Amino acid sequence: MSGHDHHDHDHHEHGLHDHGDGKGAVHPHPRQPDTEDSPFNDRMVMAEAVGELMIEKGIFSADDLRAMLELIESKSPADGAKMVARAWVDPGFRKRMLDDVLAAATELGIDAGSIPIRAVENTNRVHNVIVCTLCSCYPRLLIGLPPDWYKSRAYRSRAVREPRKVLAEFGTAVPDDIEVRVHDSTADLRYMVIPRRPAGTDGWDEQRLASLVSRDSMIGVAFAKPPAR
Amino acid sequence: MSLRRHHDMGGLAAGPVEAAEHDYAPWEKRVDAIVRLLSHPSRRHLCVDELRRGIEELGPGVYDELSYYERWISSATNILLEKGVITVDELGRKMAAIEIRWRNDRNAPP
Amino acid sequence: MSARFQVGDTVRVRQAAPPGHVRTPTFIRGRTGVVSQLMGAHANPEELAYGRPGKPEIPLYRVQFRQTELWPDYGGQAADSAVVDIYEHWLEMPEGMS
Repeated sequence: MSGHDHHDHDHHEHGLHDHGDGKGAVHPHPRQPDTEDSPFNDRMVMAEAVGELMIEKGIFSADDLRAMLELIESKSPADGAKMVARAWVDPGFRKRMLDDVLAAATELGIDAGSIPIRAVENTNRVHNVIVCTLCSCYPRLLIGLPPDWYKSRAYRSRAVREPRKVLAEFGTAVPDDIEVRVHDSTADLRYMVIPRRPAGTDGWDEQRLASLVSRDSMIGVAFAKPPAR
Repeated sequence: MSLRRHHDMGGLAAGPVEAAEHDYAPWEKRVDAIVRLLSHPSRRHLCVDELRRGIEELGPGVYDELSYYERWISSATNILLEKGVITVDELGRKMAAIEIRWRNDRNAPP
Repeated sequence: MSARFQVGDTVRVRQAAPPGHVRTPTFIRGRTGVVSQLMGAHANPEELAYGRPGKPEIPLYRVQFRQTELWPDYGGQAADSAVVDIYEHWLEMPEGMS
């Protein structure tokens, strides 16, 4: 199985840089792919062709596409980290976030789209982990596109079967007396984890706290980082 | 008898999770953007459920052979063809033109 | 459509294997869990996937399973669990309960 993943990664590492600055993606004559280092393939051509056809047919405009690409570029784990840090310092916000992530996001000026996201909170009794076994669903409108391993056959297959072993591969050892709870997002909702606030961070401001909240800790394969000594 | 389908992999044996990652290439973000625009409530030329069905129907060989966004664009394109949003002929002509353009650019001086 | 099950109800996932696009993964089919949350009603993705409207909307549940119920040889802790989103038409009362 991992052979496929290798293929996947190799493929991407030699990935196409055809559109250079990203703006070229909607330019009528994009800059050429660097075919010596990274030959383009049929699907890349297909992606270019479908986009151009949609624009020619007026289904969406070049501006729509550019704006969407900018929106995608703008999403990163930083927004999720900001929310987690706020939840750590503000119990009211924490509760609102547990009730409705999208609404809580707007309080911080974050537009996380319209697909409902549910936050699940780690405690001294439960450690949550997110997976999508059927697909690769992920709260991408809040924290950006998922890492490769999240979409891999290995993670999708094993996270529900032997979560503690998978967590160990990420260097995350959950104590035996804490329940590991795996969430399989098969349906219409996306999930994110609110990790536990690390010890030794009393009095920290939100910005500093947010720096401890990694993407992986919001997927649940890691803890929030401990404060640097 | 098992009708378990290829994408339905929860609980199957697999190797270690490899933490390697790549930065998404522009064409991959373009695919993401196209799908989001087409599935926007104001357009509804495809929905994510159709996209997923189309990915599942690529079959086991292709599913594993293609990368994530290659699967996406393959499925989205099939759905656009099925629905008559685009035709096979125009897609083929467009792809051929792009390929020639890119190959020519390759030989062009920097 | 009003929800047939409530939080705390014990439910069984139907043992079924229809062809086509389904949202209930194989590893929980035929397994028994407990409803942990009601998630409202949603258009049926198994219909949406074929370009149809997916109405009427179907109640969606979060169902929690003991890992030891899913995997007899589970190697983790007894308290470990999995929570899966399941549409109502995939759920039934376990035998012997009513």
